[in-house]
Formats: sequence, C-alpha cells, structure tokens
Amino acid sequence: MILEKLSNAFGVSGNEDAVRDIIIDAVKPHVDDVTVDTMGNVIAFKAKAKGTRRISALLTELHTAAPSAATAAAEPRVMLAAHMDEVGFMVTGHTSDGCLKFRYVGGIDDRVMPGLRVQLGNDRVLGIVGVKAIHHVKPSEREHTASRESLVIDIGASSKSEAEGVAPLGTYGAFQAEYRKLGRLVTGKAFDDRVGCSVLTDLLLSKPYGFDVYGVFTVQEEVGLRGAGVAAHRVDPSCAFIFEGTICDDLPKKKDVSPTTRLGDGPAISIMDRSAIADRRLVDHLVAVAERDDIPHQFKQPGIGGTDAGSIHLTREGVPSVAVSVPCRYIHSPIAALDPRDYRNTVKLMDVALRDL
Amino acid sequence: MRALSDILSNMIQTAELIKTLTNAVGLSGNESQIHELIKTLFAPLVDEVSVSKVGSVIGVKWGGAPLRNAPRAKRLMLAAHVDEIGMMVTGIEKGFLRVARVGGTDPRILLGQRVLVHPVGRDADASGPIPGLIASRPPHVLPADKRDKVVGIDDLFVDVGLTAAQAARDIQVGDLVSFDIETVRLRGDLFTGKSMDDRASVATMIVCLDELQRLKHSWDVVAVATAGEETSFAGATTSAYGIQPDAAIAIDVTFADQHDDSSHLELGKGPAIAIGPNYHPKMGKRLMDLAKKLDMSYQVEPDIGGGTDAWPIQVSRSGVPTALISLPLRYMHSPVETVNVKDVERVGRLMAHFAADLAEEI
Repeated sequence: MILEKLSNAFGVSGNEDAVRDIIIDAVKPHVDDVTVDTMGNVIAFKAKAKGTRRISALLTELHTAAPSAATAAAEPRVMLAAHMDEVGFMVTGHTSDGCLKFRYVGGIDDRVMPGLRVQLGNDRVLGIVGVKAIHHVKPSEREHTASRESLVIDIGASSKSEAEGVAPLGTYGAFQAEYRKLGRLVTGKAFDDRVGCSVLTDLLLSKPYGFDVYGVFTVQEEVGLRGAGVAAHRVDPSCAFIFEGTICDDLPKKKDVSPTTRLGDGPAISIMDRSAIADRRLVDHLVAVAERDDIPHQFKQPGIGGTDAGSIHLTREGVPSVAVSVPCRYIHSPIAALDPRDYRNTVKLMDVALRDL
Repeated sequence: MRALSDILSNMIQTAELIKTLTNAVGLSGNESQIHELIKTLFAPLVDEVSVSKVGSVIGVKWGGAPLRNAPRAKRLMLAAHVDEIGMMVTGIEKGFLRVARVGGTDPRILLGQRVLVHPVGRDADASGPIPGLIASRPPHVLPADKRDKVVGIDDLFVDVGLTAAQAARDIQVGDLVSFDIETVRLRGDLFTGKSMDDRASVATMIVCLDELQRLKHSWDVVAVATAGEETSFAGATTSAYGIQPDAAIAIDVTFADQHDDSSHLELGKGPAIAIGPNYHPKMGKRLMDLAKKLDMSYQVEPDIGGGTDAWPIQVSRSGVPTALISLPLRYMHSPVETVNVKDVERVGRLMAHFAADLAEEI
C-alpha cells in the first residue's frame, strides 16, 4: 500500500506530476506498458495471463452488448480507474502587504480554512490562513464562517513584490498534513483519491487477470471529471471499475439520518450518485462475490457525490461502470480518515471479482 | 521530546527556545505538564527556582549589592503566562469525544485541526497523548444554509479513531485537548505555531535572564511564568501577593497588523509599550527612553487594560507600579499564531537593561 507516500505528495488538479511520478515508479515493473496521454493521465497496460482461460459470460456480454467498430474486433478489456488529483488552491493575486489571494481548485469546505497550514508550489513553501482574532470579532459575526473572498494566505512576505517572487500568479497550493496513524485508523490529506490510486496500484502489482487490464490514473477529476473521459476513449473498455475514497458521515447525530457509508463496514459499492447510475450487472457481480467469500461490503447511500464513472460511462457508445470506494471521513479537508481494514477488503473484493469476471 | 541538555546548549538561540516552549503543552489550570521544562530553562540563569501553590514557576536572580538602608533588595517582578488555551473532554459518545473550551479558544478555527488528548490524573506515559481530529459532518450532506455557519463547540467532535470500548478505556471526562502542531519558521524571522500566546513572552524572560548574566543589577529580578492567565489570572494574582514586588513588568502578546486593519502595530518593529490607566506612566516613559538609548525600535500601544497579567498585579496588596511590554503577534488564539524572533530578543534585552538601570527609586 503506497497510500502514505501518495497522501503526502503534492498534486492538485492540473498539477499531478509528483503523484504521477510515484505511481509510474511503483507500477512500471509489474505491467507491460505505461503511457502518459496528452492530458496527463497514466495508462498502465497489463496483458492477460498466458494460456487459455475462459472469460465469464458476464464479461462476454458486456463486451459484445453494443460494439463499436473498434471493440468488435478486439478482445474484452477492463478499465480500472482512480484519480490522482486532489483539491487545493491557486494563487490569484498579491496584496500590498505581501499576502496571497487565492481561489479553490475543486470543492473545499470554507469552514475548515481558518487556522490551517498550506503548502504552495512544487517547492512546497509554507503558508498559513489566519483569521481575525476572536477578541476583535463581534458576537453577532462569530457564527458566520469567513468567506473564501475574505481570506488570504500569509507566507510571511512583507511586500507585494516579495510575495510575487515566492508564489507567482497561478501557483498551486494544497493542504499541509502529514499522513499518520489515528487509533485504529489512519489520517492525512488527499485520501480522495490517493486511496483509490493505492488500491489500483495494488491490483496492478498482483498476477495477471484473465483479460487485458488498463489501469488508468486520471487527472482533473475534482474540477469536472476532465481526464477520465479522454482516457476511456483511448482505452475503449468493455467495462470499468472506478476506485474512490468516498463520503462517510458516521458521527453520532441527533437525527437518525444515513451515514452515507460507515467506516469499518467494508468497500462501499455505488448504485447511484449524482454523476452516474451503476451498471446493475456489475453491482450484482460484486455483491455475489462478496457474499460467497464473506468479504464485508456496503452500499453507498444513493444520490450523494460523484466519481469519474460520470464521464467514463458516457464514453463512445457507453461503458458499463461501477464505483467501489473506501469510506473516508472528512474528505476534502486536511484530516481525512479511513480504516485500513476497509482498504484491505476493497483490494480483496476487487481482486476476487476480477478473477471471476 | 529532545534531550534537555540539547535544549540547554541551544537555548541562547532564541528560535530554538521559542520552538521548545511552544511545542510543550500546559493548559490553563493544568500547567504541571510544563513545570519541569520551565524549571530546567530557568535553573542555570537564576539563584532560586520554585513552583507556587497555583502552578506558577518562579525564578529569582539576586541583585548584586544590597541597597542603602534597605531591609532587603528591591524586587522587579517579570510576569509572562505559561498556560495555553485548548479544550477539555466533557463526554464520550460512541467513541467520539465532546469537548468544552478552556480559555478563549476560537470555535471558528477548530474544524479540520489535529489535536492531542492528554490524560489527566493518570499515568500519561501509559495511555497518552492520544492523537485526534476535530470533526463535524461533511459539507456534502449539509443543507446549503448550514455550510457557511461556524460549527459551534457543542456540535464538534474529537475523532480519536477508537472504538467505543477503546475510547472508554483510554479517555476520561476532564482529559485535556491541545493543538497538535509543531512550531516552524514561516519565512525570515517569522515563526508560526500554537501557544506563542504567551510562551513567546516566557522566552523573552529567559532572554532577559541570560542577558543579565553579563549585566550588573542591584534589584532582585523575579521571573514568573504565571499560571491560569487565560482563565482567572490565578498565577499573577497570587505571585504578586507572594513576591511583593516594588515594580513589575507583565509581558504578553498583542495584536499585530494582519491584513484586516485590526491593529497599527507591526511584526518586527519591536516591543510595544503600553500607555493607559493599567500602566505606571513613569515606567512606560522609562522603557521608551531606554529603547531610544539602546537604539532599539519600539511601538506605542494605547490600551485601557484588562486582558493581561498587568491587571491583577497593579492592584496587588497596596499597589505595584506596573508596565506592560507586548510582543506583536498575528492570528491570536489560533494554531497559526506568528511572531518575529527579533521582537522576542528585543523585549528580553530591553527588560534586562531596564533591570540593570534600576537604582533605589524608580
């Protein structure tokens, strides 16, 4: 599991280079080919196991259901995808007193910003997000979160030109939080979706499957699922599995509402979210395998969140897709937390499900 | 924790001193966690070290020559508070901790922070500190009108990643929660971390005591790392009573300009010397004259008083001539409090020369 290394790496949407380097280093010895496409997606090709092996009726059906010209002639192939990018910031201006104005890259919760440390640029310069001291805030204003527009990043520069030199316009920024253990959990930044990248890497490191596999590490998921569609077009898969770190809201609550997912209950299978409705045959396959082998699993509460499945399932004439996620508390913040047992069960479920496909 | 000998050999390096003091933990009312460190830092620089009944650490550096007709040497008290703000565990629900504020902790900065939970009244080495996260429900599942509301302290949890049974075993109501953040250099002379309020001022006292090793002074200098400033001024109130100083200087942090026009004071422009009813006008003037003589930049802070140890000290027993020297700081009561190391050195040096210049009368 290279989650720790990936979590600590700096890779905001559009600036995934450091993550890409780690992944290529990790998978290259275990796959047949690695390419980087024009968007920056990493496409790792792992050829099917040598010797004859019957593929399942399901994969045959998925492969031949609505063949495009290219697919009809080709062998069945499965795309496994996870996105490399994380949410973060971009420097959009400099103030006369040497602070940085910024915008979010992807969705960030305003409520977590005040009091944080951030890192800027590939040199990972330290910045802090201050807030007006509570002593100076009127009681009536204390309930409202400071809006992003009212915040600046302080890098300790004392003039505009000094700030421009350290962090020029367009500099990327990310949360600063080192990966660490937390009780029976682990915590860090960017688990969405470095945990998916780690799962996918583990699968590519295992022995070949009965069909060709394309492991795709996508870019720019957080700014609109931009990389995955392009990669899916190139791969033209028979079906796709998308690995994510997904929302988990299992804190104690006054009202009895769904936790979306629960930590410790195993991989979360998406049936429907805001980006896609999963292919029911793939969902049924995963559930059947999990039940047969007694692998913990859960359904993600339908209707919440979105994944690269949103663009992959619309590619070419359509790609049957399903997202399988490791539940993560506090995604899109510097304190994401997950249960390593869920991670292991996700890898286990996917490995078995692919061997049986 | 680094070896104490390491800390000692580096303590002249003010930046190291600030890091060591701010990385240590000692919440209001429970300063005993930091007593050993303060005693160790004071010890080589003073003649006596003691801990008061309420948890202040007192270091006395005797004056050189007894004054004419004086039954005892006169005493200059320095007071910088050693306690820090934080939280206290008030309940455990399904393994998640409920907390209350200790001191003026700002709920607006809590969400998304890492913390440490410290067992109180039990063997700390055995069960803690336990890492935690300050958490609430994710924005994805909240109605739009809740997403820009600060999550109040009553709606936050500390997630320690433990099962209900594990949490019940390792954590108790009353345990303390501190921010888990290491002090680092931000840029140039600026350092950022937790509890600069008021450990950076404790550092100024150590710089002062170190400077006094090379200066002659006839007054006793009594450096007090006061307890309980953030909650009740317990340390300053009782230590001023016990020490009966002839004059006192409180050292605390103050608001520096931080891009919101909340202050005219600036980081790196030197000590801020207070003027107002809480402060003896002659002491303030003397500090300013001294700064000029030392060619040290300083700033003037008009202040009505009330938020520092100077408040109780001024009215101790029959009254104490009291001054306040403030260290400019950005983002007070957050884990990203920021000070300028040069300011810390200047405050220390200014106080040392002030002490050395004291004759029989102020």
